[in-house]
Amino acid sequence: MTRTEFWQGNTACAEGALAAGCNFFGGYPITPSTEVAELMAAKMPKKGGVFIQMEDEIASMASIIGAAWTGARSMTATSGPGFSLMMENIGYAVMTETPCVVVNVQRGGPSTGQPTMAAQGDMMQVRFGSQGDYAIIALCPASVQEMYELTAKAFNLADQYRVPVFLMADEIVGHMREKIIIPDSMAKTPRKALVKGTLPFKPDADLVPGFPQFGKGYGVHVTGLTHDERGYPCTTNPKLHEALVRRLVDKIESARHAIADFDIINPDARQVFIAYGAPVRTVQQVMHDRPDKNIGFLRLRTVWPFPEYALAEFKNAKCFLMPELNLGQMAREVERHVRVPVVNIQKLGGELHTPAELVAALEAHR
Amino acid sequence: MRYEVRFSGFGGQGIILSAVILGRAAVMYDNKYAVQTQVYGPEARGGASMSQVIIDDEQILFPKVAMPGIFVIMSQEGFEKYGANAPKDAVMLVDSTLVHSRPACKYLEIPGTREAKQTLGKDIVANIVMLGALVASTHVVSEAALEKAILDSVPKGTETLNIKAMKLGIDLGKGSKQHEVT
Repeated sequence: MTRTEFWQGNTACAEGALAAGCNFFGGYPITPSTEVAELMAAKMPKKGGVFIQMEDEIASMASIIGAAWTGARSMTATSGPGFSLMMENIGYAVMTETPCVVVNVQRGGPSTGQPTMAAQGDMMQVRFGSQGDYAIIALCPASVQEMYELTAKAFNLADQYRVPVFLMADEIVGHMREKIIIPDSMAKTPRKALVKGTLPFKPDADLVPGFPQFGKGYGVHVTGLTHDERGYPCTTNPKLHEALVRRLVDKIESARHAIADFDIINPDARQVFIAYGAPVRTVQQVMHDRPDKNIGFLRLRTVWPFPEYALAEFKNAKCFLMPELNLGQMAREVERHVRVPVVNIQKLGGELHTPAELVAALEAHR
Repeated sequence: MRYEVRFSGFGGQGIILSAVILGRAAVMYDNKYAVQTQVYGPEARGGASMSQVIIDDEQILFPKVAMPGIFVIMSQEGFEKYGANAPKDAVMLVDSTLVHSRPACKYLEIPGTREAKQTLGKDIVANIVMLGALVASTHVVSEAALEKAILDSVPKGTETLNIKAMKLGIDLGKGSKQHEVT
């Protein structure tokens, strides 16, 4: 039996994590993500899991990496300033192929900026914020329902691809309360175990190595240094380094069709909206108020790896219109893939685009 | 049918909780859709607090309220900041104990804080009195749904007090004369 609730987005995020079997949360509370930690602190111990409030976000990220190696489904939640502190250890999680989930309820930046207002200013930081070349997975919820479902999905993707997965929410979706239908259960992708006798960092055909969980009899060296398939540092072999970094990127990029999650509405349209997160709701309102086959919509849930092949579905598109709560971070990514104009509908200050603002953009670029 | 309701007062009166209870009543017990949002500020107590609820039979897409049609105002500062510019066709419930101004739209004077204190001995339930009056005068949710949502939301041991407050508010709402635009 499904059940109905009237929940805040951050509540749905924590509940979605618990439903997905999250059993370790290490974090440092920060507005507007605090309710996630608050609920985890209340509920996790009763479920036999561990909640630790760490001394800062550097330690929070370190704690969920360590927990993951003991077999836990681990998570942290933060916002911009904390996210910046996590960058070094995010790179470590990528290099060590540690499955974990990081929730970023985005607020206005730079720096401490606007703690209680919404933004989408960390969309490039999540992709490129740590040093070196790498790839990650990032999902963007646009409703309380999706705060629940995409959090649960993030754990499955993390375990399947052995990579940190990011739920890039925003203050609007995190703090609003609305109706949510709780499913009976969530599908759970098991973490692929390392086959005994196989080297711990030797990948299978999907480029992902089996997981040698601590405490299961493996002696494994885990390092952020460039390492060979045994896990031992091997930092001056150019070919080995290139092969490792290319594999870490390719295991995500080559699976981007499988990872992609988006909706296409009116593929024959001439004017096409692209949105993720809270601005999706404004686009939906405009599409509802003006039923018109010439207005299309690419509604993204997976933002990284960017599903560029979805853009080619809009064969008649004369322009793409992108409302974002930033100065055009994802619009720049779209521009790389299309030949028609990309209209970047920027919004800073913490408030959502109004339907009238999007209608004005439609009229201006007709 | 779509309703957009704005609550405002000072921090500590239970303004946010009122909005959450109203949204919860609509979603959980009237089988409707609702979205509740609020203004987050650094002020936990004192200062003007504001929260809004959209209630609709259909799924709610754009989640923000531009200009609500129904106002519940529980402090003078709340009136000045979030009530004074109410549109002419709106209806406002003012807690006449604490709000001295009157709007340019239709309004009802509900002495929520005075009644909570004098009749129930606890001004802390003034927000529940106002909720009762709101539902009696506008029918945004059913009285049965409101009662269940209040019981879900208030601390254990205060159920009887809060239901008394709701019923007091319903009587005040039904008995109150609506002041027309002058």
